[in-house]
Amino acid sequence: MPFVIPKDSYAGKINSLTFGSGDKAVTIGGENGLPFLSFESSIPNRPVVALEIQDVAPSDWPDTVRKVYDGVSSSPAQWAKFCQDSLGAKIVALRLVGTHPDRDDRSADDAVKTVTEVLSAVDVPVMILGSGHIEKDAQVLKAAADAAKGKECILGKAQEENYRTIVTAAIANNHKLIAMSQLDVNLAKQLNILITQMGFNRENIIMDPMSSALGYGIEYTYSVMERIRQAALVQNDPMMQTPLLCDIGPNVWKTKESAAPESELPEWGSLEERGIVWESVTAATMIMAGCNLLVMRHPKAVETVNRLIGELV
Amino acid sequence: MALSGVEIFKHLPKTNCKKCGYPTCLAFAMKLAALQESIEKCPDLSEAAKQFLGAAAEPPIRGIVLGPKGVKVGEETVLFRHEKKFVNQCPIALNIKDTEGTDAIIRHIADVNSSEIDRVGQMLRVDLVCVSNESGDPAKFAAVVKQVAEGAPNAGLILNSSNPASIEAAIAHCAEKKPLVYGANAENLDAMVSIAKGKNVALGIYAKGLDALSDLSEKVKGTGVNDIVLDSGARTAKEMVEDYTMIRRAALKKSFKPFGFPIISFVSRDDSTFEATVAAIGTMKYASIIVVDSIEKWKTLALLTLRQNIYTDPQVPMQVEQKIYKIGDANENSPLLVTTNFSLTYFIVRGEIENSKVPCHLAIMNVEGLSVLTAWAAGKFVAGSIANFIKESGADKLVAKKELIIPGYVSVLSGSLEDKLGDGWKVAVGPREANQLPAFLKGRA
Repeated sequence: MPFVIPKDSYAGKINSLTFGSGDKAVTIGGENGLPFLSFESSIPNRPVVALEIQDVAPSDWPDTVRKVYDGVSSSPAQWAKFCQDSLGAKIVALRLVGTHPDRDDRSADDAVKTVTEVLSAVDVPVMILGSGHIEKDAQVLKAAADAAKGKECILGKAQEENYRTIVTAAIANNHKLIAMSQLDVNLAKQLNILITQMGFNRENIIMDPMSSALGYGIEYTYSVMERIRQAALVQNDPMMQTPLLCDIGPNVWKTKESAAPESELPEWGSLEERGIVWESVTAATMIMAGCNLLVMRHPKAVETVNRLIGELV
Repeated sequence: MALSGVEIFKHLPKTNCKKCGYPTCLAFAMKLAALQESIEKCPDLSEAAKQFLGAAAEPPIRGIVLGPKGVKVGEETVLFRHEKKFVNQCPIALNIKDTEGTDAIIRHIADVNSSEIDRVGQMLRVDLVCVSNESGDPAKFAAVVKQVAEGAPNAGLILNSSNPASIEAAIAHCAEKKPLVYGANAENLDAMVSIAKGKNVALGIYAKGLDALSDLSEKVKGTGVNDIVLDSGARTAKEMVEDYTMIRRAALKKSFKPFGFPIISFVSRDDSTFEATVAAIGTMKYASIIVVDSIEKWKTLALLTLRQNIYTDPQVPMQVEQKIYKIGDANENSPLLVTTNFSLTYFIVRGEIENSKVPCHLAIMNVEGLSVLTAWAAGKFVAGSIANFIKESGADKLVAKKELIIPGYVSVLSGSLEDKLGDGWKVAVGPREANQLPAFLKGRA
C-alpha cells in the first residue's frame, strides 16, 4: 500500500501585518495553513517575540525575572534600550501598568511622557499596552496613541467595553490594534466586526484570545486558538483571519510555579529554571496553536522560544 | 473505519433470534456502531462477516500496553482536542546510555523513582526508561538493563538497540515487564521480529521518511507482529510536527493501516529547557511516547502539567477540588468568598483576588465543574446546597465575622441563603464579573 501524503487545502489566509518603520519594521502573519505544515502551506513570516517593559518598576514580578532588569527597570527608556541592545529584542512591549487606579494611578500625561521617552530610546517597533483597566485604558491609550503618531505602533488592548475610544485613536494616528476578548471564538469574531464597523481596516487588527499559563487553563486558550485558525483557514471567515497575539508574561509570572521557592516545594525543583521553563513551555504551546506575536518577560525563555521557532519553520 | 449501524446490519444474520440479548438484529447493529457491544455476542455470524466486522471494529490507531504498570499508548481518534478527548497520555521516557557509568545510572534511577508529582489530584510520573545501547556491546547493554529493571521496578523499559544480539541479551532481564523493543529497521528486521514474536513484546520500527516507514510497517505487520511503534526519524521540531501530522491524518482520515500505530519521539537536545519545549511540541502534536535526556524536577513538572492540560476532556469541564482555599496571608479577619469548582472560574477568580492584594478565603464548591450561572440554572449552586457546603466546610472557624460573599450573578440567592445558613451568618453580594473583584475587595477593606 503506497503512502500518499494526506494534504489538506485551505481556502483562507491569515492577514500579514507590518509595524514599526525602516529596517527595524517587523512583519507577522501571512500563512495560508495550520501552524508549521510546510508540506501543504507557506509560512512567509515566523512568530515574533516582544519583550515586556513597564512604566513603573516591576515590584510584583518574582525575583528570578525581576533581577534580570535590576539597574534598568527604574527608567522605562533605559529598560527599553537594554531589551533592544543587550537582549536583541525585535519588539518592545511597554505596559503602562502604573496607570491602573489600584497601582500608582499615573495620569494619561505621565503615560505620554513615558511613551515619548521609550519611543526616542529605541528604533525597534513598540507595542503600547494599557493596564487592563477598562475606563482608564480608554483615556491612557488615546493620549498614548496621539503621542506615538507616525511610529506605527501596536496599541492595545481594545475590549468590548472600551473599544470605541481606542479604535478612534488608532485610526487617527495610524496604529495597529489589539482586540482582546475572553476565551471565546464568537466573542473574538464579534469584537473584530464591531471594530471594523467603525471604519478600522481589519488588516490592522491583531486578535488576543486571552492567554493563560501552563497549568492554569492553557488548554482553553489552546483550543480556542485552534478553532479560530480553523474558522480563518478552513471556513475562510475573513473576520477570523487576523494574526494572533499571546501576552503570556502576566499569567506565567503570577503562578505559584514561577514564584514558590524550592525550600518550600522541593518536589518542584530549582525555582530559577522552573520559572523559565514555565514561560518557555507556555510560549511553545501558544506557538503551536497559531500564535504570531508573543509578549514575554524572561530573556532566557525568549532565547529558548526563538530557538524553537527557528526549528519549526 | 467506523461503520454505521445500517452498514453493520447488512452483515448480520437478520434472524432477530435475540441470542445476543437484543430484540432485533438492527438494535444489536446500532449498539455495535456505538462501540457498546462486541460482535462475539452474535453466535450465528458467518466467517466472512466476522472478519469484515472485526477489522472494522479495530481502532484506527492501535493501543499498546507497556511496562509492569500497564501504561497504554495509542488509540487516538482525533487530530484536534476540541473535537474529542485525546485518549492515552503520552508517557515520558528517560533516556539512559549504557556508556554512562554505574554512578550516573544510579542517579538516573533515583530520579525516575522520585519523579511522581500530584497535579490537581492526579499522580503523574516518568513512566518509562529507555536504555540505549551506545556501546554496541550486548553484555554491557544487558547489564545496564538489568540494573534499571531491578532499580526502578515500576518503570516500563524501552530497549534501544539496532543490534539483535544486544536485545536478545537484555530482554532476558525484563521480558515479563512488557518492554518495548526499539530499533527494528530494514537491515535487522528478521532477527528483531523473531525476538518480538518469541517474547510477545511490542516492536519499535525505524525508517527515515514516511515512504520507507510505511513499507517497513507493512512488512512487520505481515510477519504477524501486531504491536508496532513508529519512528520516521523525525528529530527537528519541524519534522516532528509534519511527519506526525501526516501519520495521524493518514491513520484517521485515510484508514491507512501501516500508520495505525503509536509514534515514539526522541527529542534529545543539549539544553534541558529547550528539550522541554521540543517535548511540548511532541505532546501537542501526536507523539505517543516521548524520550528525553533528563528529568530535572522543574522540567517534568512542566511537561506532565502540559500533558495533563492537553489530554483533558474538552467536553467535561476540568474541576478543582472542593475546599476553602487560602489566598495570600488570609486570617480570621479576611473576607470569605464562594464560587463553583469549574477550573476556569477558579483560576480567574483566584487571579483577580491575587491582583487585588487583599488576602481572602475562597470557598470552592463542587458543582461538577459548572460555571456559576450554569450551576445555578442546573439547581446545583442554590441556597440549600451552598449553605450545607459552608456549614460542613468549617468556614465558621476560619473567619471571625460570619459573612459570605456570593457571585453577583446569583444575588437573588442572598436572602434564602442567609435563612438556610442561620446562626448569625450574613450574605453579601459580590460583583458579577471577576475583573471587578479587585475594586470590590479594596472598597471593603
